[in-house]
Amino acid sequence: MDDPLALETSGLTKVYGSGHTEVVALRDASMRVRRGEVVALLGPSGAGKSTFLLCVGLINPPTRGTVTIGGKLMQDGPRSLGDLRRFRRERIGFVFQKSNLIPFLSAIENVQVVGELIGRPSSVARRRAKELLDALGVGRRAFNMPTQLSGGEQQRVTVARALANQPSLILADEPTAALDSVRGRQVMELFRDVAHRHGTGVIVVTHDHRALDVFDTIYEMEDGLLKPAASAAAKATAARA
Amino acid sequence: MNLAVRDIRHSLGRFVLTTIGVGMLLMVVMGMGGIYRGLVDDALVVTRGVGADLWVVQRDTRGPFAEVSRLPRSLVDRIAAVPGVTDAREFVLHTIQREHRGKPLRMGVLGLGWPTDKGEGLPLIAGRPLAQNHFEMIADESLGLGLGERLRLGKDTYTVVGLTRWLVASGGDGIACFTSRDAQAIQFHEPGESIRLERQARRARADEIDFGRTQPGVLDRASGPAQSLAALPSPAISAVIARLMPGTDPASVQRSMSGWSDVTTYTGPQQEELLLKGSVDRARRQILLFRVLLTIISAVIMALIIYTLTLDKLHPIALLKLIGAPTHVIAGLILQQSLIMGVLAYGVGYLIGTRLFPLFPRRVLVSNDDLLRLAGIVLVISVLASLLGIWKAMRVAPNEAIG
Repeated sequence: MDDPLALETSGLTKVYGSGHTEVVALRDASMRVRRGEVVALLGPSGAGKSTFLLCVGLINPPTRGTVTIGGKLMQDGPRSLGDLRRFRRERIGFVFQKSNLIPFLSAIENVQVVGELIGRPSSVARRRAKELLDALGVGRRAFNMPTQLSGGEQQRVTVARALANQPSLILADEPTAALDSVRGRQVMELFRDVAHRHGTGVIVVTHDHRALDVFDTIYEMEDGLLKPAASAAAKATAARA
Repeated sequence: MNLAVRDIRHSLGRFVLTTIGVGMLLMVVMGMGGIYRGLVDDALVVTRGVGADLWVVQRDTRGPFAEVSRLPRSLVDRIAAVPGVTDAREFVLHTIQREHRGKPLRMGVLGLGWPTDKGEGLPLIAGRPLAQNHFEMIADESLGLGLGERLRLGKDTYTVVGLTRWLVASGGDGIACFTSRDAQAIQFHEPGESIRLERQARRARADEIDFGRTQPGVLDRASGPAQSLAALPSPAISAVIARLMPGTDPASVQRSMSGWSDVTTYTGPQQEELLLKGSVDRARRQILLFRVLLTIISAVIMALIIYTLTLDKLHPIALLKLIGAPTHVIAGLILQQSLIMGVLAYGVGYLIGTRLFPLFPRRVLVSNDDLLRLAGIVLVISVLASLLGIWKAMRVAPNEAIG
C-alpha cells in the first residue's frame, strides 16, 4: 500500500482467436495511475476500452504484458482463478454502466457483503457500509432494495460498494451512461472526491465529454492502441478554466 | 450475512409455493410408507390379538389368512387333550357384504371361542366384551356402527355391545366379533327357500335309489334338518388356535401333532410370516416401488427447481465472482437454498400428512424410523439437487456481470 502507483501496466496485449480469425483487441497498452489520480479513458465503441478494464481488473488475463496493482505484480504469467479473485476482492473496486447491484440485497447489504468477503466481522462490515452510504449521500436509503432506488442512487451505492474494501484501484466502465447529464456529472465528481479523499486510483471509461474537466489525466484508445489524449486534455483544461 | 436466506426473502412467494409443492410430494412418499406400515399392522392385528401360540389348520394349507381352511369342530377337543396345551379354541374368519342404511357394509366376521374368549383382549374403545353366547357383537368403529345399534345378519339380529379401533382384516375391512357359533350361523345362513329346495332335491335323490325305496326312514330323514343327517358334516371352522402352558416349547407340541394326517400346525410367528409373505408381500413390493419412484421424482423436481432458481441468479452470481466472492460462498448459496427447501418441504409434508392421513379410509401408520430414514433421504436429495445448480454457477464468468 506504500507504493505511490495505484496501477502500472506495461505492454498489455490481448489477442482473441488465432490464425485468420485473430483479433488484436489491445496493443502494447501501458498506463500509470498514481494514488488519488482520476483517469478518463475515451474512445469509440470497439476500441478496446472494456478489454483493457477486464485485463486490468484481473477478469480476463492479457495475452502479453504485466499488470501491477498497488505495487504488486499481478499478471506476469498464469495465476489461479482463486488468487485473482482474492486479489480482486481485496484491492479492486468495480463500477459499471448498468447498476450492478445484487437484486436480493438491500443497499447497505450490497456494500456490507464486500466487507464480509474480505473477512471483516459482520457488524464491522455493516458499520463501514453505513458510513460509506452516508458519505455518498444515500444513507437514508440504506435499507431500500435496489429496485426502490433511482438510477443515481443506485450508482452511488455501487460506488460505495467499490470503496468498501478500501481498494487501491477503482475501475468504472461508462458509469454515467444511464444517467442524465446533471446526475452523470455528480457521479464523475464523486469519483474525483473519492480518489482524492481515499488515495484511490480511478480509471473511468466514458463517452461523456461534458465532464472531462473532472479528470486529472485523459487517455484515448483506438484500435487497441492507448495514448494520452492531448486534444481532449486541452479541452478539459479549458473547461476547468 | 447469509446470502441464501437473503435470496429466499427476496423471492419469498415463489420459494414458499415451490416448497409447499415439494412438501406435498414428500408427504406422498411419507404416506406410501405409512400405507405399507398400516397394511402390515392391520394384517397382524388379528393374529396378535387372539394370542395364539399354535395355529392348527387344514392339512397342507397355509391357514385362514392365505386360503380356505376347513376343519371339523371336534378338532378343538382333540387339540385340547395334547400335552402342553392349556386351551384350544375355534377360529372362524370370513368376509361378508350386506346393505345397511342403504349403503353397502363390508365386514370381516371373526368368531370368538365362547365361553373362553369373550373379547376381553380386543382393543375396546367403548362398551364391553360379549356377555352372552348369541346375538351380541363387537364392531370396529370403521364400520360406522354405534353402541346399541342393531344389525340383522342372516335370520338373526345382533346388538353392538362394544367398539374397537383399528381392528381390521388384511383387506382393510373392519372386523366384527361374534361368538364362533353366531359367526358360523352368519357364514352358512341360507334362505328358507334354498333349504326347502335342497331338501326336495335330497328327497328326489333318495327316491331314485334302492336304499331310499327300501328304507322309508331315510326318506323322512332326507326331508328333515341337515344336522340330523349323519352323512352331512356340521359347518366347518377355519382353524383351531391353541395356547400353551408357560415354558412349553411350541416345537415339541408341533412334533407331537405332526403325525396327524389331517392338520398342519404353525407357531404364532410362522403364521405371521406366512401372512406377510403371502397376501401382504405383493402390496408391500408395489408400495416400495412407488416410494422409490416418488423419491426419484422428488429428487429430479428439486434439482430442476434449484437449477431454475440458479439460472435466475446467474447475473448476481457473476457479480459476486466479479467482486471476488470465493467459490465456496457461491456454492454455499445454492447448497444452503437446496437444504433449506428440503428441510422446510419435509416439515410441510409432515405437518400436512399428520393432519391428512387420519382421514384416509385405510390406516396410514408413519413410524419414527421411516420418518428418520426419509429425513436422511431428503438431505441427500437436497445435496444432489444442488449439484446441477452449482455446476451451472461455476461455469458463469465474472465478466457476464458487465455485459
